[in-house]
Amino acid sequence: MDAKAHKLDHDIVEFINQCREQEHPDSYLIAVLHKVQNRYGYLDKEHMAEVAQRMQVPTSTVSGVATFYHFFRLQPKGKYHISICLGTACFIKGADKVLDAFRTELGIELGETTADELFSLDSSRCLGVCALAPVVLINEQVFSKVSAKQVPQLLNKVKEQELV
Amino acid sequence: MPPHAVTFYNALHQFMVARREQSGLAEKTVIQVGSATCEKAAGSEAVMKEFSKLIRASGRDDIIIKQTGCTGRCAREPIVGVFIPGQIPIKYERVDAEKVQTIFHDHIIGGQSVPELVLDKKTEKRYDYVITVCSSQRCRHAESDPEVMVAKALKATGIEEGTVRIFGGGCFGLCSSDKVGKQQVMMIFPERILYSFGTQEQLEEIIESHLIRKKILTRYQTKADFITEQFFSLYGDVSFFNKQTRLTLRNSGLIDPESLVDYVMNKGYEALANVLDRGDPNWVIAEITTSGLRGRGGGGFPTGTKWKNAITYTNDPIKYVVCNADEGDPGAFMDRSALEGDPFIILEGMTIGAYAIGAHKGYIYVRAEYPLAIERLEKAIAKAKENNLLGNNIMNSGFDFDVEIRLGAGAFVCGEETALMLSIEGKRGQPRIRPPYPTESGLWGHPTVINNVETWANVPTIMLYGAEWYSRIGTEKSKGTKVFALAGKVVNTGLVEVPMGTSLRDIIYDIGGGVPDGHQLKAVQTGGPSGGCIPAANIDTMVDYEELAKLGSIMGSGGMIVLDDTDCMVQTAKFFLEFTQSESCGKCVPCREGTVRMLEILERITEGKGELADLDKLERLGKLIQKSSLCGLGMTAPNPVLNALHNFRDEFEVHITEKRCPTHKCPQLIKYEIDVEKCTGCTLCARRCPVSCIDGTARQVHVINQEACIKCGECFNVCKFDAVLKI
Ligand SMILES: Cc1cc2nc3c(=O)[nH]c(=O)nc-3n(C[C@H](O)[C@H](O)[C@H](O)COP(=O)(O)O)c2cc1C
Ligand code: SF4
Ligand code: SF4
Ligand code: SF4
Repeated sequence: MDAKAHKLDHDIVEFINQCREQEHPDSYLIAVLHKVQNRYGYLDKEHMAEVAQRMQVPTSTVSGVATFYHFFRLQPKGKYHISICLGTACFIKGADKVLDAFRTELGIELGETTADELFSLDSSRCLGVCALAPVVLINEQVFSKVSAKQVPQLLNKVKEQELV
Repeated sequence: MPPHAVTFYNALHQFMVARREQSGLAEKTVIQVGSATCEKAAGSEAVMKEFSKLIRASGRDDIIIKQTGCTGRCAREPIVGVFIPGQIPIKYERVDAEKVQTIFHDHIIGGQSVPELVLDKKTEKRYDYVITVCSSQRCRHAESDPEVMVAKALKATGIEEGTVRIFGGGCFGLCSSDKVGKQQVMMIFPERILYSFGTQEQLEEIIESHLIRKKILTRYQTKADFITEQFFSLYGDVSFFNKQTRLTLRNSGLIDPESLVDYVMNKGYEALANVLDRGDPNWVIAEITTSGLRGRGGGGFPTGTKWKNAITYTNDPIKYVVCNADEGDPGAFMDRSALEGDPFIILEGMTIGAYAIGAHKGYIYVRAEYPLAIERLEKAIAKAKENNLLGNNIMNSGFDFDVEIRLGAGAFVCGEETALMLSIEGKRGQPRIRPPYPTESGLWGHPTVINNVETWANVPTIMLYGAEWYSRIGTEKSKGTKVFALAGKVVNTGLVEVPMGTSLRDIIYDIGGGVPDGHQLKAVQTGGPSGGCIPAANIDTMVDYEELAKLGSIMGSGGMIVLDDTDCMVQTAKFFLEFTQSESCGKCVPCREGTVRMLEILERITEGKGELADLDKLERLGKLIQKSSLCGLGMTAPNPVLNALHNFRDEFEVHITEKRCPTHKCPQLIKYEIDVEKCTGCTLCARRCPVSCIDGTARQVHVINQEACIKCGECFNVCKFDAVLKI
């Protein structure tokens, strides 16, 4: 990543400035972090420092909030981010086995990214599509009723797309 | 005071009617396609595209597609509704591109519905009439089952068998208490005429006139509330909906959630207009109090009392209302569906609440994991503002109120109200001690009313039809309806909204269709990580706050997970504890450390290393955590374990004394063995075993070396001769 990538994009800076004009400006910190993560995929240290400086809150507050909420990632994601729902319904329908299959196939643990940065693996709390359990989210796409057996196939499909 | 808001509303309504007429919608054939998160996951977008293509190709401009929210029938999605003017509405299930072709050509163009694709009943026949009769527990006719009465009447009047379909419907509080058990209500399709009858003779008279002489018998015709008619006429044709009473979800799956026209046409904002013109906030609070509405977020606190508290203890001019849409319970999706299916009703409810307590600012705290719900809310807020339904001088009444969305960031504890407020303030969401309650000192120290999505969704309905009407639905202490997210081992997974007091049996069997694959019901989990499992023996328990509490579970926010005989109760309890343990915010020791200790014990038990004394330890520890934790998360975290211990102690004991998991769910307690009779010596398992612990040569019986086996189950999965046994 080049040095420039560590500077927040103009529109995010603009958003921060707008927030600063609202009542209770500090209350927008989480919203700002959402925007940053949306753009860059994770919360980079230098981005957080810039957020702290622009919002005029201590860096420790920013990192405190970033580490408190599971939704925020402090490491880059893979190109394909796999998120396995471990909500109740998915668990009852065998999501733990699906997760194991992904672990074995990719050779990474939860929260890690493969060496080629193609895949990262995460679990999520209930995605709210319990009726279609177990559910796996690859980037924005929802795969429903996934079984451990389908996992290699699923990954192959993604990899094929990658080659095209 | 001149009726500014009602004048405004009437103009708005007229405008919407004109818009609707201009579009000529009434004469058009409407194809309705679900577009909630779950429907999209099931492939509804492809279905939508295919229909568009066909419509374009047909050159017809009197066919339109509408998107709608979730009907709650997740297992059958995507669902497509076809509404042809003057015909019985038909819903099709599990539609794909190919079925779109058939539906389009046979039904929409050809006018003949496709019975084999119809939702729920794969009927072979097309019916001439459909009769939906109210057969709720509450007003069940003294004489006999209403469905039986109708069948009898059809027979008596000599109507050919199989030409009329009968359904039993749910309660709408239609009958005032003096008529309960004496009067019955039914609707006849396709004319959608609502009748009420008292005796078998009257019923036969109606049927004879309507079905045989084709004359509406006005004498017995009755007028229903809009909400009842709407339900009967739009859902009344599908059995899944019939034991349901849809109040908060009444628009979900019917209207286009992004269309203010649709919402207003379905009585949207009429309640707010009346409230604003009446100009009496105290009356609103009194109505909500009388209705008996209690919080749907889990605690069941009386909503009217909460609102009153916000104006009783302080005269702080700054107040807030908050909608809790954090929905953290890992088995729940009611709030998501509500927000995706009908966002305006939440906004209207919040506006009414804000008016009642004198707040001018509201926040909706939504999980970031619900992108579609957020998008729909954003659009709804923008439209409401454009139309003077939010912002300054709402409906020309002089009342100002604005709503802002705040996103959660994946912390379950932020569903707790004090944590939620800190999170809205942009801080770490760690709960604080109550009192002071938010109604005294909430957001930035100002009085704040926090209610759950479903609670807010009830408000416009109560204000529209009256507290007295609302309080007719439900049980003595639990009024109205409750939405449940039915999931797990049940045929019809999805959302159901039932009157309080409905039995678990009705929900799981009549609505849910029972347990699939010939398995036995074992327990029903309610209340998620704060609740417990109700054993199958208590299936006739009525759903209300007190009844569920008696059984050691809670109503919770509405997750309902059905467990069957293949589910291990130790594992299930462990699952919930793992959840709360990892979500503990770490502020207080009993919750932070205690849950870890409990989890360690459970882990030991599932690995076959437990001792009987562990069970007492679990109980002692659990009770301690319940007593000494700071917030609801810690206080309820031990519930699933304690409750499982209470109801399924023998299952824990088998894990400990026999080192056996009766359902084969605990991997460490499973033993794989090769059946000497069945093994053909194909060597497959030996080649696949990751730790090479299977001995045997070709065409010889193979043997597993139990010491080395890591219980991965590979041999069991690969053997083509079912020779590997799981014990
Ligand atoms: C750990 C924890 C999580 C909670 N999660 C939610 C939630 O997701 N949604 C909700 O409405 N209430 C939740 N609550 C309850 C809220 O604290 C609060 O009681 C509720 O929002 C009040 O609204 P009601 O009276 O309309 O139910 C939670 C409570 C606790 C202790
Ligand atoms: S009980 Fe648990 S979640 Fe609640 S404040 Fe204490 S540590 Fe945090
Ligand atoms: S795979 Fe089955 S049949 Fe083949 S050797 Fe193993 S146990 Fe025997
Ligand atoms: S369960 Fe796994 S480790 Fe054990 S024998 Fe079978 S394949 Fe080998």
